[in-house]
Amino acid sequence: MKILFQSLQRFGEYVLLLRKIFTTPDRWNEFFRRFKDEAYMLVIDSIAIVVTISLFIGAVITIQTQGNISSPLLPAYTVGLVTRDTLLLEFSSSIMCLLLAGKVGSNIASEIGTMRVTEQIDALDIMGVNSANYLILPKITALVVFIPVLVVFSMCSGLFGGYVVATFTDIIPASRYIYGLQSYFTEYYVWYTIIKSFFFAFVISSVASYYGYKVRGGALEVGKASTDSVVVSSVVILLLDVILTKLLL
Amino acid sequence: MIEVKNIVKSFDGKTILRDISARFETGKTNLIIGKSGSGKTVLMKSIVGLIRPEAGEILYDGKNVLRMDAQEVKALRCEIGMLFQGSALFDSLTVLENVMFPLKMFTRQSSAEREKRARFCLERVNLIGADRQYPSEISGGMQKRVAIARAIALNPKYLFCDEPNSGLDPQTSILIDELVRDITREYNITTIINTHDMSSVLGIGENIIFLDRGEKVWEGNSDGIFASTNEKLNDFVFASNLFKAVKEYIDDRNTKK
Ligand SMILES: Nc1ncnc2c1ncn2[C@@H]1O[C@H](COP(=O)(O)OP(=O)(O)O)[C@@H](O)[C@H]1O
Ligand SMILES: [Mg+2]
Repeated sequence: MKILFQSLQRFGEYVLLLRKIFTTPDRWNEFFRRFKDEAYMLVIDSIAIVVTISLFIGAVITIQTQGNISSPLLPAYTVGLVTRDTLLLEFSSSIMCLLLAGKVGSNIASEIGTMRVTEQIDALDIMGVNSANYLILPKITALVVFIPVLVVFSMCSGLFGGYVVATFTDIIPASRYIYGLQSYFTEYYVWYTIIKSFFFAFVISSVASYYGYKVRGGALEVGKASTDSVVVSSVVILLLDVILTKLLL
Repeated sequence: MIEVKNIVKSFDGKTILRDISARFETGKTNLIIGKSGSGKTVLMKSIVGLIRPEAGEILYDGKNVLRMDAQEVKALRCEIGMLFQGSALFDSLTVLENVMFPLKMFTRQSSAEREKRARFCLERVNLIGADRQYPSEISGGMQKRVAIARAIALNPKYLFCDEPNSGLDPQTSILIDELVRDITREYNITTIINTHDMSSVLGIGENIIFLDRGEKVWEGNSDGIFASTNEKLNDFVFASNLFKAVKEYIDDRNTKK
C-alpha cells in the first residue's frame, strides 16, 4: 500500500518535472550549444560499446541458430533470416536500450545529482534560469535524436558480426547468409525498431534526470539515485516493450 | 532594505524557523549567526525564494516577494547575487565562463562586452590569471572569489552569502569577509551573510541577528555582542577555547582590581 502511494507520488513529481522541462528555452543559442555537447558526448562515449557488443551478439546468434536448426528440411539461409529478425525485432532496440540505460542513464543521474547536492542547481534557480529546462531539455532531445542512430549502428554491426562468422567458419556459406538476410525482409521491422528506440530514449533520459534532479543530501544519495534510475528505467523499458510490440506489430 | 516578518517554516512536521522577524539594511553587512543546524541556510533560502515559507512576509524594499507573479520574481532574481556554501561554480565551465554565465543568460551584450565585464569582476575580487582554469583546478579561496565575481556580475542590489568562509583558513577568511564588506559599501548593496565564525562576526558584524534552534533570540552589532547577557548568545560566543580563555583572563583581572 505504502509502495503504491509512493510510486504514485513519484510519478506525480515526474510529470511536474516534465512540465518544467518542456518550456521554451531562455536562450536558444545556449540550448543548441548544450544539445551539441550532449549529442557529441553520447555518440562518442557509446558508439564503441554499441558496435562491439552488437558484433559479438550477431556472431553468437548466427552460431546458435545454426546449432539449433540442424534439420535437413530447413534451407541453410534460414540462419541469416533468423539472425536478422532477432536483431531487428528485439536486440538492437530493447537490449541495446537496456544497456544504454545502465551506461548513459546512470551517468545523467549522477551528473545532475551532483549538481543538485553541490547547489549548482540552486545557483541556476537563483539567477532566474529555469534549471530543469536548461539542464535536462538538451539531454532529452540529444538522446531522442541520437539513440535511434546508435540503434541503427547496432543493427548493421550485428548483421556484420553474423557475416564474419559465416565467412570465417564453415557452419554456413557466406552467400547463403546474405541470401537469408534478404529473404522475406519486412522493411517495417526497421521502422518498428526505430520507433521503439525513440520511446526508450525518452524514458532513459527523463527518468535518469528525474532521479538526479530530486536528490537531497550528499554523495551517498547521488549513488543511490543513479542505481535507482537504472532499475526503474529498465523496468519501464521492458513494460513499454511489451505494450509497443502489441500496438505496433 | 530587506525585511522579513513572522517567517515560519517546517519540514516533515518539524518546525525549523519559528516566527522570525528581522530587518537587513542597505549598504551594510547583515549577519545571521548561529550554530550548525540552527536554520540559517533555511532562512536565507526562504528569503531568496528557493524555499517557500508556510507563513510570513518577505519584503524587498517594501515589495512582498511571496505575492509577486512569475514575471516580477524573474526580474527580482536578476537583482540578486548569491554565494553558496560550497561555491556552486559550474564544473563544466571555466572561471571566466562561470562569471560570464549570468551575463549570457540575462543581457543582450556582445561577447566582447561580456568578457570585459567578467574580467572587471574578476579583477575586483583580486583574481587574475585563472581565467582559463576549471573550478576543480583552483583552491577553495579562489573558488569563493570566482563565486563572488559571478554574484556581482549583474550589479545586484542584494547579495546573499551562505557561510562565505567555511572551509577556508583564517587569513583567507578575513580577506573574503573584507572583500564582501568593501563591495557592499562600494555598490551600496543589501548584503546578508550566514556565518558561525566569531572572527567574521567581530570583523564585519554591522547588523547581527542570532538564531538558536530556529528562533531569533538576539539582535545587535559586533560592539554589543560581548556585553550581552543573553545566555544562549554567551554560550555561542564563548564556545571556542580561545574566547573562553580570554574571557576568563578578563574576568580574573576584573575581580583582582
Ligand atoms: N530540505 C530539507 N528537508 C528537511 N529538513 C531540512 C531541509 N533543509 C534543512 N533541513 C533541516 O533544517 C535544519 C536547519 O538546517 P540549516 O538551515 O541548513 O542549518 P544551518 O544553520 O547550519 O545552515 C536542520 O535540522 C536540517 O536538517
Ligand atoms: Mg548552512
